[in-house]
Amino acid sequence: MRMVMTGNYASAYGAKLARAEVIAAYPITPQTSIVEKLAEFVSSGELKAKFIPVESEHSAMAACIAAQTAGARTYTATSSQGLTLMHEVLMWASGARLPIVMTNVSRAMAPPWNVWADHMDTVAQRDTGWLQFFCRSNQEVLDTIIMAYKICETSGVMLPAMIVEDAFILSHTSEPVDVPEQALVDSFLPAYSPELKIEVGKPMGFGSLVKPDQYMEFRYKAMLGMKEARERILRVEQEFKHIFGREHGGLLDLYKCADADVIMAAAGSVAATAMDVVDAMRAKGMRVGLARIRAFRPFPHEEFRSLAGKTEGIAVLDRSFTFGAAGAMFTEVKSSIYSCQKRPVVKNYIAGLGGRDITPKILEKIFEDMLVVSKRGAEDEVEWVDVAGLPRRWR
Amino acid sequence: MTKSHEEITLTPISDTPSTMNITGLWRVVKPVVDKEKCKKCTICWKFCPDAAITLVDGEPIVDLRYCKGCGICAFECPSKCIIMVKEGEQ
Ligand code: SF4
Ligand code: SF4
Repeated sequence: MRMVMTGNYASAYGAKLARAEVIAAYPITPQTSIVEKLAEFVSSGELKAKFIPVESEHSAMAACIAAQTAGARTYTATSSQGLTLMHEVLMWASGARLPIVMTNVSRAMAPPWNVWADHMDTVAQRDTGWLQFFCRSNQEVLDTIIMAYKICETSGVMLPAMIVEDAFILSHTSEPVDVPEQALVDSFLPAYSPELKIEVGKPMGFGSLVKPDQYMEFRYKAMLGMKEARERILRVEQEFKHIFGREHGGLLDLYKCADADVIMAAAGSVAATAMDVVDAMRAKGMRVGLARIRAFRPFPHEEFRSLAGKTEGIAVLDRSFTFGAAGAMFTEVKSSIYSCQKRPVVKNYIAGLGGRDITPKILEKIFEDMLVVSKRGAEDEVEWVDVAGLPRRWR
Repeated sequence: MTKSHEEITLTPISDTPSTMNITGLWRVVKPVVDKEKCKKCTICWKFCPDAAITLVDGEPIVDLRYCKGCGICAFECPSKCIIMVKEGEQ
């Protein structure tokens, strides 16, 4: 059934269709309407789940960890400061190999206090062992939640996943979304049944102490899980396409890259604007393309490597900044292609922090700059876009 | 001996429950309940973060094998009938 809904409601419908059994949540803008909608589903009986209102995000994740350890499929949602408060337990969830699925409505970190779109919160959690998917549309949000359970619950993966929606641009903007039939989702996603779980009357310690002689083997195993996730993402998406007739691009969603002189790499909702800009520039004879980073963890290193020889320049747009270094996506893209024989020029554009609009005109100027830079190399590898007081004009 | 990564479970799982870990040895002070004054309200039992208090006929009994001496029970007791006493001083 096609419905018009916000990204937040798409998240709530995704969790409902995936039949989440335990939802633990704490409200934080702009995520709140996800868990409000889920609370409605639970109270009306439309969703048979236990809804646990907790006193903090740290507790929300702790409750999901406990429920998932007992064999329940769990879901939660958060944003920004809430996500960073969870940091410790995010590590626990992945180390305990619990395939929890969570939406993060990506929002700037304070101060300055700001509730708008920015990827700093998500990027800051890249080392926690969670799969991270950036979405471009509300449809993708709903579909990716359903796919994420299937990807993560395989015995070879068993890691948690974070589905990222941009604050307000997706979270509070309505779009038509196809809500699949429950029976169809059930045929795609079987019930969660982990090999090991807490059982009444059979006391066991989970995540117990391991000494230096055994710790590395557990971390190695988690690394293998993330490696397996790469393959699993691609396979599950094909199965999803077969049943629902939609796909979203695997780990790296390529748009008109085959013959592109320069390519923009970007994640999240800005990719939708960038597709229009690619079309408009191609109409004017400029061969540009878009590589949308859909999975940030596991990162599409191989996909970038196979792009390296085919293009002259990659403009990496980061909606966050790692102080003392550069944009995190830029660093990843660069490290991906280092081992390639032929390497394109790579430049980092920092834009859209704290919900600053990234307009089509700005994207066009980035492409134009990249077309020049790709020929003569970048003087400054990292450029902040649209900052008052800097000489270059972007608007 | 170090086991191969192929032989181990995804996350370490031990078949001994955490009750096997006697954690009360770290204590500096211990709670002593004045049975005369105790109203059996169960508040100390609810608040003990280590579940070291059990209720026997409604009366709180501290299991000193696990009590870490944090003093939360004494702080929360509305009847002020729990005092914290330095180990070895009574
Ligand atoms: S001192 Fe702390 S650990 Fe010991 S019984 Fe009281 S509340 Fe529990
Ligand atoms: S809180 Fe105080 S009064 Fe209440 S049961 Fe415990 S010791 Fe007794």
